Amino acid sequence: MSLDVVPGSDVRAPAEAPRRLRINPRQSGIYVAFALIVVLFAVLTDGALLRPGNISNIIVQNSYVLILAVGMMLVIISGHIDLSVGSVVAVTGAICAVLTVQLGLPWWLAVLATLVAGALIGAAQGYWIAYFGIPAFIVTLAGMLVFRALTLTVLGNQGIGPFPDEIRTLANGFTGGYLGNVGLGPLGGADLVSLLAGVLVVVGFGVAQWRSRRARQGYGQSVDPMPLFVGKIVFAAVVVLFVVVQLARFRNLPWVLVLLAVLALGYSLMASRSVFGRHVYAVGGNLQAATLSGVRVRPVTFWVFVNMGVLAALAGVIFAGRLNQAGPTAGTAFELDAIAAAFIGGAAVQGGVGKVVGAITGGLIMGVINNGMSLIGAPSERVMLVKGLVLLAAVAYDVWTKRRSGAVAVR
Amino acid sequence: MTDHILRMRGITKSFPGVTALRDVELSVRRGEIHGVCGENGAGKSTLMKILSGVYQHGSYTGQVVFDGEDCAFGGIRDSEARGIVIIHQELALVPQLSIAENLFLGNERATRGLIDWNRTNHAAERHLRRVGLRENPTTPAGALGVGKQQLVEIAKALSKEVRLLILDEPTAALNDDDSAHLLDLLRGLRDEGITCVVISHKLGEIIDVADTVTILRDGRTIETLDVRADQLTEERLIAGMVGRDLEHRFPPREPTAPGEEVLRIEDWTVHSPTQPDRRVVDGATLSLCRGEIVGLAGLMGAGRTELAMSVFGRSYGVRISGRIFKDGKEIDVRSVRAAIRHGIAYVSEDRKRHGLNLVADVKRNVSAAGLGLLANRGWVNEHEELRVAERFRDRLRIKTPDVLAPTHTLSGGNQQKVVLAKWMFTEPDVLILDEPTRGVDVGAKYEIYAIVNSLAAQGKAVLVISSELPELLGLCDRIYALSAGRVTGELTAGEATQERLMRYMTQEDRR
Repeated sequence: MSLDVVPGSDVRAPAEAPRRLRINPRQSGIYVAFALIVVLFAVLTDGALLRPGNISNIIVQNSYVLILAVGMMLVIISGHIDLSVGSVVAVTGAICAVLTVQLGLPWWLAVLATLVAGALIGAAQGYWIAYFGIPAFIVTLAGMLVFRALTLTVLGNQGIGPFPDEIRTLANGFTGGYLGNVGLGPLGGADLVSLLAGVLVVVGFGVAQWRSRRARQGYGQSVDPMPLFVGKIVFAAVVVLFVVVQLARFRNLPWVLVLLAVLALGYSLMASRSVFGRHVYAVGGNLQAATLSGVRVRPVTFWVFVNMGVLAALAGVIFAGRLNQAGPTAGTAFELDAIAAAFIGGAAVQGGVGKVVGAITGGLIMGVINNGMSLIGAPSERVMLVKGLVLLAAVAYDVWTKRRSGAVAVR
Repeated sequence: MTDHILRMRGITKSFPGVTALRDVELSVRRGEIHGVCGENGAGKSTLMKILSGVYQHGSYTGQVVFDGEDCAFGGIRDSEARGIVIIHQELALVPQLSIAENLFLGNERATRGLIDWNRTNHAAERHLRRVGLRENPTTPAGALGVGKQQLVEIAKALSKEVRLLILDEPTAALNDDDSAHLLDLLRGLRDEGITCVVISHKLGEIIDVADTVTILRDGRTIETLDVRADQLTEERLIAGMVGRDLEHRFPPREPTAPGEEVLRIEDWTVHSPTQPDRRVVDGATLSLCRGEIVGLAGLMGAGRTELAMSVFGRSYGVRISGRIFKDGKEIDVRSVRAAIRHGIAYVSEDRKRHGLNLVADVKRNVSAAGLGLLANRGWVNEHEELRVAERFRDRLRIKTPDVLAPTHTLSGGNQQKVVLAKWMFTEPDVLILDEPTRGVDVGAKYEIYAIVNSLAAQGKAVLVISSELPELLGLCDRIYALSAGRVTGELTAGEATQERLMRYMTQEDRR
């Protein structure tokens, strides 16, 4: 297969590819926006935003929305939407509470059973969407009502609690100081394990980036110029280390942060490198082209919703554990936060585009706005207003950049 | 003394990073049919968008003089108010609305804000008669074939009291009968005093119908030719469009004796999914040999695409019967995956709808059908994927800055090469190419023909479906003619002529 298949075709010599800077404004835009929002609120709150306790708070408070955003990103990439996740959070929290508090199951078994319940919920909805062909909007709107109704049926009008310590620790607790503290001079003592974990993450990130850069160069691909490449890594390293040092000074790493890091890494790899992940993008990008390329569209859609169900159940356990009670109103409007996080994080309305890391960044943008505005004492209606406008602005920016690049392409 | 209804002078239009038009001139005489030719990307559509006000006055430089008056259109409504109507390549009818509703969409026949249905339908009938369409105006537009929809579009333009009608690739989706009817209609409109501007890739048609032709190349006006006075030929037009003499429109190919039979389709019958009683393909039998390029000719609606798609993993049709043999053994091709596994590839007719994931990059499109070859236990080897994409970019000369560019930024011809790369990567034994050069410019067509030749030279069997008979005659070793779902004839390259093929393609009686 090494034939030059276009011999003697001198129509136009292939233009030598210009080595140009590849910056995707839509993808890098949200990181810049995130940085600006953090700086803005750090200034407005006189630095309170970045205090050790507050950083820990932001992570723990938003963990369940971030988990939902990861699943929602995949749903949106596949060209669908899920309105039911808030109700699924509530019903799975209730299931977990019944299993632990009322039936006295061991915590790990209860959590496992809850995740399975989430998978079944996702499968039920995925069946109607993938195999029966009802739009996801309708199916999950029905699910939103049905699962809220189930929650109310199980719980009646009151909550169930308290949860076992292990579940509360997962939702709200911190890693132990297994190796003791080290002194950081003027910053005071900090947990060694947390610091080591942070350093490990930074080194791992740097090595991975370097290897992928070398590989791309090996195939003659254009890469970022060296200063920009180093700059990006240094910036990421500084951010991670700053957060980790602050956490280490406070109360070590929140367990949910560890969980989130694992999810972010795992789902990023799954989305970009696994055949399943590729098929999700293909289905969302062009359903008919995917079908004619041999992608089994229905199973892909089905499993995307099963996955969403599992992640919603995980979020349900963590939310209930954090409040130490499963309540009938748990998870109200979470679906909107998760959807907003995905769109702020770069998902395209038509599907086929988006990144897991983007969803997490989008979720954090909203988390920082929430937290920062409450620190400066803004009333909740104003927080809502700002979040709404940020969502609109993010998608408007997406449409605008697309139109601009489209104007060039469509001559 | 010539009387020009339209003069566009010194039109220059830039987009960020590209100058699409540079100092373009276009003068159209009153009451003529004026052809505009050029390769894809030559600037034809951009020029028409300026003329129709899609690109507002001020977003370009230069002058547009219509009927002696300087024009500064702020939008389509302004240009339509002056009697300039454009009919786009993609038809803009609302399929659920009736013909009459479509005709007067945005221009409703109403009394005090309420639509007067009698007046609407009556007026619609009058306009339909003018374009020679005998349909009830209350029929939903979606129920009509493409050819008739095109006529509805023209009727719609007539209802707006059009004075300058612009048609962008009006016959691209039409069969020869419908095309001929449309061209006749244009001549009739000309005789009624309506000036037409026709953009088309079908050069024969342009020469046939136009009085004057303007050729654009790379955003400049190259020349304006008088069809009769200059005794215009296709070769002459092509020379102007590509800027050089194209001695051969088809790359040379060493004739080789075809090898043994690779694929045999026997007694293949397919029913329409919407009308399960109707046989779209009726007892078709075809065979393909190694190293052979076989054509499939047929008018629109003859069942060419339906035949191909039903063979390719039953992607079309219901109640499919018949047998498929691969290398002499009967195979069961129930799904697209099974078809791919058996070494069959199908390059679809409509690359944007069925072929490409336009938001994804070139690399991911190239690997889309053969992802399994790059994966180990469900994980994609991204480095290998990059290497594959780069290899195809080199081999097929896909013009893109790099393989990580989104596919929608590529030109039509290069997008088509990406689809070809996608299927070549699956290492098929049989390639079915459905309209492989539709909407592709002359230069890229030549390159695609060369790719097809090289595939045959590698021993693959290629089935080419095309509406352009010269393309089949120039490319194929053997041609099947299809009419109303039946194979009505089979001709070798030596025997085949356009006339003979056309006779088989229009043959309606049973064997």
